[in-house]
Amino acid sequence: MSGFLDIGAVADIPRQAARLVKTHAGCIAIFRNAEDRIFALDDTCPHKGGPLSNGIQHGESVTCPLHGWVFDLNTGVALGADEGAVRTYSVMVKDGRILLDPTALTARIAAE
Amino acid sequence: MGMKLVVIGAGMASGRAMEHLLEANNELYDITLFGAEPRGNYNRIMLSPVLSGEKSYEEIVTHDADWYRANGVDCRFGEMVTGIDRWKKVVITAKGETRYDKLLIATGSNPFIIPVPGRDLDGVMAYRDLGDVNRMLGYAGREGAKAVVIGGGLLGLEAAAGLAAQGVSVTVVHVMPHLMERQLDQSAGFLLQRELERRGITVLCNANTQEIVGDGHVEAVLLADGTRIEADFLVMAVGIRPNFGLAQASGLKYNRGLLVNDEMKTEDPEVFAIGECVEHRGTCYGLVAPLYDMAKVAARNLLGFKEVFEPVEISTKLKVTGCDLFSAGDFAEKPGREEIVYRDATRGIYKRLVIEDNKIIGAVMYGDTVDGGWFLQKMRAKEDIAGIRDTLIFGPNFAGGLPADPMAAVAALPLEAEICGCNGICKGAIIAAIDAGAGTLELVKARTKASTSCGSCAGLVEKVVALKLGDAFKLLAAGMCKCTDLTHDEVRKLIRVKELRTIPAVMQELEWKSSHGCASCRPALNYYMICEWPGEYVDHGPSRFINERVHANIQKDGTYSVVPRMWGGVTNAKELRAIADVADKFRVPTVKVTGGQRIDLLGIKKDDLPAVWADLNAAGMVSGAAYAKGLRTVKTCVGTDHCRFGVQDSTGLGIRIEKALWGAWSPHKFKMAVSGCPRNCAEATCKDMGVVCVSEGYQLHVGGAAGMDVKQTELLCVVASEDEAVEYCAAFYQLYRENAQYLHRPYKWIAKVGLDWVKEKVVLDAESRTALAARFFFSQKFYQIDPWEERTKGKDAHEFAPLADLTLVAAE
Repeated sequence: MSGFLDIGAVADIPRQAARLVKTHAGCIAIFRNAEDRIFALDDTCPHKGGPLSNGIQHGESVTCPLHGWVFDLNTGVALGADEGAVRTYSVMVKDGRILLDPTALTARIAAE
Repeated sequence: MGMKLVVIGAGMASGRAMEHLLEANNELYDITLFGAEPRGNYNRIMLSPVLSGEKSYEEIVTHDADWYRANGVDCRFGEMVTGIDRWKKVVITAKGETRYDKLLIATGSNPFIIPVPGRDLDGVMAYRDLGDVNRMLGYAGREGAKAVVIGGGLLGLEAAAGLAAQGVSVTVVHVMPHLMERQLDQSAGFLLQRELERRGITVLCNANTQEIVGDGHVEAVLLADGTRIEADFLVMAVGIRPNFGLAQASGLKYNRGLLVNDEMKTEDPEVFAIGECVEHRGTCYGLVAPLYDMAKVAARNLLGFKEVFEPVEISTKLKVTGCDLFSAGDFAEKPGREEIVYRDATRGIYKRLVIEDNKIIGAVMYGDTVDGGWFLQKMRAKEDIAGIRDTLIFGPNFAGGLPADPMAAVAALPLEAEICGCNGICKGAIIAAIDAGAGTLELVKARTKASTSCGSCAGLVEKVVALKLGDAFKLLAAGMCKCTDLTHDEVRKLIRVKELRTIPAVMQELEWKSSHGCASCRPALNYYMICEWPGEYVDHGPSRFINERVHANIQKDGTYSVVPRMWGGVTNAKELRAIADVADKFRVPTVKVTGGQRIDLLGIKKDDLPAVWADLNAAGMVSGAAYAKGLRTVKTCVGTDHCRFGVQDSTGLGIRIEKALWGAWSPHKFKMAVSGCPRNCAEATCKDMGVVCVSEGYQLHVGGAAGMDVKQTELLCVVASEDEAVEYCAAFYQLYRENAQYLHRPYKWIAKVGLDWVKEKVVLDAESRTALAARFFFSQKFYQIDPWEERTKGKDAHEFAPLADLTLVAAE
C-alpha cells in the first residue's frame, strides 16, 4: 500500500469527466463518474486507438469518441458485440487524493 | 409439459419459425435450440452496415437473452450437434443426447471456398457471420490495410464497400465479365462498377484466381494472367453451399440441398427443415424472403395446420449506402422478348424492363429504384401492360398523372403493392395491422415484421403508417432513446411546461430509466436546456461530444483540427500571416482550404490547442465553430464588389449574417451561403439556408442539403432589404432551434412540420417573426463569446493538461 502514487485530487477531475496520467508506457485515463467513483484504464481504444479519456461517460461506462465502442470502466472490457479490452489499474481514494498502484505499471514497462 | 421440439441452427429462418410458433401457441412445445455460434439470432442481412460502421451489433440483434427467457427457449449456443438418431429420436452432442418429438433442421449454408492453393493460409476468411466481421475489422484497424475480396456478387461487394468505408484499400476479383451477373445486366453492372471505383475500390472482372501466396499468412493473390495483388487479408465471397451434413449422416434424402416437400417436411414426417440448407422443387434459396415464407409454413405445420410453401418472384437490393440498385425476375435477352430501356448518363440512372407477351418478366434498375416495387407487383400479377406501355418506364407517378410527391405516390399504391420485400409485406397487410389496433410505427413493425430485416423500406413503411394514421401519427413516434419512452418533441414540450432547468431535473421529473442518461440523450438534453434557458442554464461539458468540449475537431489519430472563422470567406494578409506562423510554430502537418471558404490546420496536439488559439486570437481571429452544432460558414461570392454580374453586395450581406448568427448552438450544424446573382456561384441552394440576390431584393431559400442526402432548397420568401434579410434569417434559425429534434438538419425538420408552417411563423405572421428574432438576439447575448479566448484564459483547463505526468519522475 505504501507504494501507491499520489496522482492528484478527486476535485481536479470534474464529475463525469476524465484526465490523463502520462507514463513511460503510455497514457492512463482517470475517470470520475457521477457518484465520485474513480476508475483508471489505458487511454487507447483497442479498435483504432481513440483516446477514451475524450469519450462521453455514462453510468460506469465510456463511449470512445472515434467509433463509439463502449467500455466497462470496472473491467475495461468492450461491451456489446465489440471484442476487446483495455488494461485497468487499481486506484484508491484517500482523504480526497487519488492513489494509483504502480505495480501494474512497472510490470508493463518491464514487459515492453 | 409440451411436446419436445428441438431446433438445430439459431439463424434467421429458425428464429422466424419460432416466433410464428410461439405467437400462435406458447404451450404446445418445449423448445431446445442448438446454435453453432456462441450467440443467439441476429439479422445477418445487416452485417454489412456493422462492417462499414454504420450500425452496431446491438442494433441487429433479433432475439436477445430476454426474449429466449421470456419464451422458455432452452438455448444451447456454441454446443455442436454431432449426430441425429432418428430411430431413438434424439440429437447428440458432446454433452449427451436430447430427445425430440419434432425436429427442425435449419443449419443454413457454408461459404464456398474455391479450391486454389493457399486457401488454408491465415488471413483467408469468408463473410458469413459476426465472427468474420470482427476478424475483418481487426485487420481493417491496421494502418494502410489492404484487402482482396474474391467474388463480385451481392455479398462480396457489400464486404468490399464496408471495408472501403473503414479505410481499407480493397481490390475485388471477379471471375465473370461484370459485377453481380446474376442480378444485373452489363449496363447496370458497369454503373455499379464505376460507383465502386469512385469510392476507391479496385474492380477486376474476368479475373481468375490462381493461387493465394504467403508464408503461413496470406501476402498476395496471383491471377491466371500473372497479375499479383498484395493483400493483408482475403475475403472469399463466391457463394454458399447448403449445409446438411448432419441430415445426410442421419440417412435423410438430399440432392444439392436437404430435400423437403411443400410442407417443409423431409422424408421423415417428424423432421422439418427450412432455410438455406434445403432444396425445394429443385431450387435452393439464399435470399431471406423465401426463407421467411418457409419458416411460416413450417411453423403452421408444426401447429397441426396444413400449409404449403409457394415460391414467389423475389427481388434483390444491394445494401451499400449510396448504391441504389434493384433487380427482379429474368432479364436475359431471348427471342420473343422485348425491352424498354431508359438511360440518363449524367445522373447515372439506368432502368430496363424485359417484356414477354405484354407482361413484365424482369426489371433491372440502377440509380433510381423507387419504382421497383411497382414493377415487381405488375410482374407478380402478370398484368397486361400493353395499354400503358408508352409511359411504363417512367413509373406510377407518370402512369397515373400524379405529382411527384412521395406521399401521393404511396397513397396511390394499391393494397397488394409490396412494401417490404424481405418479409413479403404488402401495403394491405400494414393497413390491416393498423386497423387491428397497431397504433404506432413500432407496433406495426413488431406485428407485421415490415422493415425489420434489411431495413431499406423503413421510409416507405413509415409513409404508409403516416398516411393511415394521419395527424395521430406524429404523436406516436418512437421514444428518444433507451432511457425514456418519451419522444424528443414530448421531452421538449415538458421541459417548457414543467420549467425543468437542469438535466438531473429532466431525468427525475420525466422518470428516466437510467441513472445518468446515455451518450445519446445527454447531448440532446444539454442542447434543449441551452436553447430553452439562455443565460441561465450552465452548459454541461461532460454531456457534450469531445469536439464541442474542446472546440476543435478530433481526428483519427487523436490530434485535432483548428479552423478560425473567416467572415464571409474573406481574409487578409495579417490573418494569413498569423495562420502561417501558427503552422510553423506548432509544426502543423497539414494546412488545407475547406469547402466552406476557410483554412483548416490539421494535426494539432490537444495540449497545444490553447496556445494555438492564443496566437490566432492575437491576430483578431475567433473560433470558426467547425466542430459545432451551430453556425458553420456563410459562403459568399464577390457580388457587386468585383463581379460584373452581381446585383447586390453578397459578400457584405454574408458577413453581416455571419456576425449576427455565430455563436448560437442549434440542433445540428447550420451552413449558409449568399450568392450575388441567380448564377449562384456560392451554391446557396444546397445550404440549410441560402440567400440568392436578385435585382429586386433577396430570395431566402431553406432546407437544402449536400451530404448523405442531397436536397435542393425551397423558396421561403423574397425580401427587399438587407435588414429584412438578416431579421428573417435570425427568425428562421430560431424557429429551427426551438422546434427541431436534436441532430435533425433543417431539411429533415421541414419535412416533418411542412414548409407552410415555417412560412406561417417566419413570413406571414409578422408578430411571430419579430418575437422569434427578439428571442434569438436575446440568447445571442450569452452565446456570442469566443470559446477559444475563454479557454486561453483558463476555462476548462482540465481538458487540456494531464492530471499527472509520471514520465517526469525518474524511472526506478
